[in-house]
Amino acid sequence: MRNTRYAVAAMAAAAALTLSACGGDSGSDSASGSADSGSGDSIRIGIKFDQPGLGFDEGGSYSGFDVDVAKYVAGELGYGEDQIEWIETPSAQRENMLENDQVDMIFATYSITDTRKEKVAFAGPYFVAGQDLLVRSDDSEITGPEDLNGKTLCSVTGSTSAQKVKDTLANEANLVEQPSYAECVTAMQGGAIDAVTTDDIILAGLASTDANKGQFKVVGNTFSEEKYGVGIQKDSDKCEDINAAIEKMIEDGAWEEAIKKNTEGADYTFNADLNPPTMDACA
Amino acid sequence: MEGFLELFGEYDVVGAFWVNIQLTFWAALWSLVLGTILAVMRISPIASLRWFGTAYVNIFRNTPLTIIMVFGTLALWSQLQVNLSGDFQLNFFRLAVLSLSVYHAAFVCEAIRSGVNTVPLGQAEAARSIGLSFLPAAWLIILPQAFRGAVAPLGNVLIALAKNTTVAAVASVAEASGLMKTMIEFRPDLMTQIFLTFALGFVLIVIPIGLLTTWASKKLAVAR
Repeated sequence: MRNTRYAVAAMAAAAALTLSACGGDSGSDSASGSADSGSGDSIRIGIKFDQPGLGFDEGGSYSGFDVDVAKYVAGELGYGEDQIEWIETPSAQRENMLENDQVDMIFATYSITDTRKEKVAFAGPYFVAGQDLLVRSDDSEITGPEDLNGKTLCSVTGSTSAQKVKDTLANEANLVEQPSYAECVTAMQGGAIDAVTTDDIILAGLASTDANKGQFKVVGNTFSEEKYGVGIQKDSDKCEDINAAIEKMIEDGAWEEAIKKNTEGADYTFNADLNPPTMDACA
Repeated sequence: MEGFLELFGEYDVVGAFWVNIQLTFWAALWSLVLGTILAVMRISPIASLRWFGTAYVNIFRNTPLTIIMVFGTLALWSQLQVNLSGDFQLNFFRLAVLSLSVYHAAFVCEAIRSGVNTVPLGQAEAARSIGLSFLPAAWLIILPQAFRGAVAPLGNVLIALAKNTTVAAVASVAEASGLMKTMIEFRPDLMTQIFLTFALGFVLIVIPIGLLTTWASKKLAVAR
């Protein structure tokens, strides 16, 4: 009895050793592979999965403006579409996922800010968005932030847009905070909310989904400036190449086409004073 | 250390945690009332009441809290225009307390029922033999002893409730987890300090509850 117990323990130990040896091997393999970043490997790109018109998971295939820019840039860097591994990067986890080397690039409505630059680096910007309002298409009362007196607004918990409303409009408007913009739109359909507020292109994407088409309109009176950058690791050497790829995309018209395609049906035009953007210098 | 000072100066961390404590307090109160009524139903001699109590517990215990909370805002408030207060933000607070209460009442009911099981059958028989009907027997004889036996499981429910108050973020209540998201959005450079602030904040809320209920359960236990 005792002998069998020792035998089982020994086997377990041996198995554990073998398994850990395997783990070590494959680990060093992939590490040396990604260091080369040769065209035979894949690239891990972080996007939103729940943002129609920007980054949206349609059951295994992905659509949206962020996705289209990411595909173009990856193509210029030498990765075909089948070499892209799409990874979901929710807002609150973007810095951590770059720092922990879980993704190589992030295209996820990621605004370039100074505090974020402490943790990660940015290429781009590939779009300059601005906070705007989404209202019911028969609403002619609300034409900008000055018409929000006594109105009920909706935005996402912890977002820059929600904070902006609290800082500047708290005395005039009521703010409802929801986990995502989809809930905001649902509440607006029910009539409890007068306007949804966040970056204009996100609103345009929401308004152009099949379920919402024709029901909502983007007001088109932006009151902030958000430069969407490509989040990369601080020691990444890809910044210059990404910028060159985005410039090429803007030049050959694919950039404008991508915006038009992803906001179709929303009656949306991007802010032409700020777009297409010029690239920031790489750090 | 400087980072912590910056965070506490820039954001009302204590205020946000205070909202969680208030949610915990009111939801604990209402779920105790509702849970006690349900427990009495489940031990009552009337079959339809027993059936209702069982059905309530099984339905709400097995529904995710987030769904109940989202129902509170998107269905009750947005579609059915239910307003529990004239004040815009207080309305959401009360809807969140309502959702937390109906959810945790199921667990409170089960904790009290486990307390009832610690009361020997002889107690109920003695109560009936001196002429008390079901309700007086339950209220005067069974429940006082059952509560004293149920302090430890009730403490567990209270700890779970304190942590579950963060789900109120989906019901538009400005509590700690929502503030944490805001802080990460604007100050990712202080990520470690943000994490430690909220982790320690909940430790500070939960550990005293645990110590207190453990002490009380020993102190109040019926010696048999």
